[in-house]
Amino acid sequence: MRDQLADALKAGAGADYVEIRLQRSASTHLSYRGREIEQVGRATGLGGAVRALVKGGWGFVCFNDLADLRSSVELAVHQARLVGREESRFAPAEPVVDSVWPALGKDPRLIPLSEKKRLLDEYNEVIWRTSDKIQTSIIRYHDLSRFSYFANSEGSYIEQEMVDMSLVIVAVARDGGDVQQAFLSRGSATDFGALENLHAEVEDVARRAVRLLSAQPVKGGTYTVIIDPRLAGVFIHEAFGHLSEADHVYENERLRELMQLGRRFGPPELNVFDGAAVPGLRGSYRYDDEGVPAQKSYLIREGVLVGRLHSRETAGKMSEAPTGNARAINYQFPPLVRMTNTAIENGTVPFEDMLADIKLGIYAKDAYGGETTMEMFTFSAAQAFMIRNGQIAEEVRGVNLTGNVFETLANIEAIGNDFRWNHSGGGCGKGGQSPLPVDEGSPHIRVRNVVVGGE
Amino acid sequence: MGLTLQDFEEQVLELARRQADQAEVFSVETLETPVTFEANRLKQLKTRRTRGVALRVIAGGRIGLASTTLLENPDELVRDALAVAEFGAQAGFDLPAAIEASPPAVFDPAVESLSVDEMVETGQRMIDRARAENSALLCEAHLDKVVSTVRIRNSRGAAGSYRATSFSLSFGVNLIRGTDMLDVWEWQSSRRRDIRADVMVETVLHKVRLADRTAKVPTAQLPVILSPKGAAGTLVESLAAGFNGKIVLQGASPVGDKLGKKAFSEKLTLYDDGLIDYGAGSAPFDDEGMPTRRTALVTEGVVTAFIYDLFTAYLAGTQSTGNAERSLSSLPSPALHNVWIAPGDASLEDMLADIKEGLLVDQVMGAWAGNILAGEFSGNVHLGYRIENGQIVGRVKDTMIAGNVFQALSSIAALGKELYWVGGSLRLPYIYLPALGVASKET
Repeated sequence: MRDQLADALKAGAGADYVEIRLQRSASTHLSYRGREIEQVGRATGLGGAVRALVKGGWGFVCFNDLADLRSSVELAVHQARLVGREESRFAPAEPVVDSVWPALGKDPRLIPLSEKKRLLDEYNEVIWRTSDKIQTSIIRYHDLSRFSYFANSEGSYIEQEMVDMSLVIVAVARDGGDVQQAFLSRGSATDFGALENLHAEVEDVARRAVRLLSAQPVKGGTYTVIIDPRLAGVFIHEAFGHLSEADHVYENERLRELMQLGRRFGPPELNVFDGAAVPGLRGSYRYDDEGVPAQKSYLIREGVLVGRLHSRETAGKMSEAPTGNARAINYQFPPLVRMTNTAIENGTVPFEDMLADIKLGIYAKDAYGGETTMEMFTFSAAQAFMIRNGQIAEEVRGVNLTGNVFETLANIEAIGNDFRWNHSGGGCGKGGQSPLPVDEGSPHIRVRNVVVGGE
Repeated sequence: MGLTLQDFEEQVLELARRQADQAEVFSVETLETPVTFEANRLKQLKTRRTRGVALRVIAGGRIGLASTTLLENPDELVRDALAVAEFGAQAGFDLPAAIEASPPAVFDPAVESLSVDEMVETGQRMIDRARAENSALLCEAHLDKVVSTVRIRNSRGAAGSYRATSFSLSFGVNLIRGTDMLDVWEWQSSRRRDIRADVMVETVLHKVRLADRTAKVPTAQLPVILSPKGAAGTLVESLAAGFNGKIVLQGASPVGDKLGKKAFSEKLTLYDDGLIDYGAGSAPFDDEGMPTRRTALVTEGVVTAFIYDLFTAYLAGTQSTGNAERSLSSLPSPALHNVWIAPGDASLEDMLADIKEGLLVDQVMGAWAGNILAGEFSGNVHLGYRIENGQIVGRVKDTMIAGNVFQALSSIAALGKELYWVGGSLRLPYIYLPALGVASKET
């Protein structure tokens, strides 16, 4: 394959940079709706992409027919030429020749479908037997393995295999016209075992769905909130992670001014990092989709902006170093600057101390998801409780929180001592590429003046 | 040696029909040429040439699915589908014996012949116009042309294919003043070359002008006007779930037991419509070969239909409504084609004039992250304006709106008399709701 790619790259001579990715993939999915199985399917794929850079302009071609390889290189270069008007500024990266296989625990490819189904049957049974208020259940399991070949015009040649698994379990409870749901989301890039033995958690999902039937919608307003590690991970992903992606910043002069390294965003206790080099998580890998080695990058140290996430292009244009964050969800897309495993580092404050002096607040747990437009962002809790006089009080529902990056991080009042990674089965979306496997982590955090939507 | 797509499909169907009770081959072949402008300049040209084949079998009474983009080994695809069918859902329905096509036009030669140069010119013109008005605007434009061929063949003899075109255009601007960021965007898609790029730029510029001043709203129940785009961002996802036959069948739709009953304001009449000429959600037949149609989901407040594919219809003891949608790697499932709300009789000015203190909401962020099934939504007003004594007085920030879709649509104050395309498959009026929960940052 190496020779074949090297030969095709010759057709791109004259471009400032050309890369080829070929990917062969196989996936299995299994889903349930209610007591019955809904779908079971298998998909195999082969596809490739060529990306070319000429005078700062990009051409990109993807294809399924390998006979198109050489003509795709030519077309990508031709397109790049039509776009390019300036000098390419593409940060240097050492050419790499390497082969990477993941260190796997239980390999999902070696587990028969019958066994996967048996596990999901068990989980479904747990939901249904938990309460007669359960109206229905939804279970979705998906695994993917992918072998990628990467070659570029600078002599890199990397073979990399990846595996990814995700499991989402939803319990729906109903009382008259009221329909409530709770869910669990788990993923792993290394071990099917991470999806096993979740029976107790699944039972909790069913109980939560039923409990929500008697929870009242939250009253909208501004609150002090304690955010559990799972939701705090999503919070930092939305609140700061996306703004750290240099492709949002590098050609926006005003935003560059706002995002000067050294600017204070949070309290001295706040440390935030992102890195695919943190091993064993869903956002972990050895080389990104430009062949740059993964690393761990601090974004905020002691409350101050110290770094950002780069592709070779954004690094080149900002005169910083690439960070190994150029990722494409598959061969149908060019790489973008993406997060990998993003986290707030552990602090020192015990949960009880955070709670103690809150007269009226919200304890927001577990994440539905979030979104950002850089300045303002949302993060939605899947479970929430009022805090009254230092005690966790009644459950409320529909808690979606919003923040403003220039204020909310500075409003972090306490960072807990109970860090954990999410290991969720969801993913991140950007530029039409979703869901990209990522992980987030955090301890509990406490934030003041958070706007919560409500009736 | 690779086969042509059609040869591969024929071989797969031939092999599968011998080993399965029923078999269906579905393929999509696409040529897409996106043009991207970023930071006021042309940034990237792309070409996507993709294709793939899905095989659905019913074997031993159970449904199996396998798909591939690799046209080398028909045996392997059939083997995969049969292997998973062992664990699949009990079928109980027949694939159609023939494909009857519905009439909507879905192919426009003017889109097919649209050149990259013309697309580049259009994008550049939009940026030039916006920057001529305000040179501080940072503009982004995406133009995308797609030509695709969809083909379905099954072992009962049905065979059909169609070619479709699609052109989409999005334009957004970013304006930063101090730490304040304003983003305004518009997006449209059509199967025909009828999107007015000049109108889109003016719409964006108008909204930027309206946002020149900022204003505050209190934390309270306030009258709210949802723009068509604002309605799309808050209401449509829950409606799509609530009228999905699969969710109705599961008992998880709040309106699932309201067929023939009044569940909404009598002002509301809601259609799913696969027959609109050149609608982005239109097609001559759905993704399992059933003819598309227009279905009145709500008629003057009364729930009148849900949408079905063949399998869901079988389980529910009813008929397919021609709403099967699938990707290559998933089985068909009910999904809406184009959705539209019958227009009301109010103008936007009428609605504004009626409001002493309220909110006009145009862009909403994060409202999808919640209990969509129940219709509960809560989202950040990413672009919205304070209304005071009938006038738009400024843009609001750090503000959430929340409510329940099904409750909100049971008391509509007024619907706009004009419909606007949002994206390419929603046609909505301005919607004036007498009260929604608004929460805003205390100062």
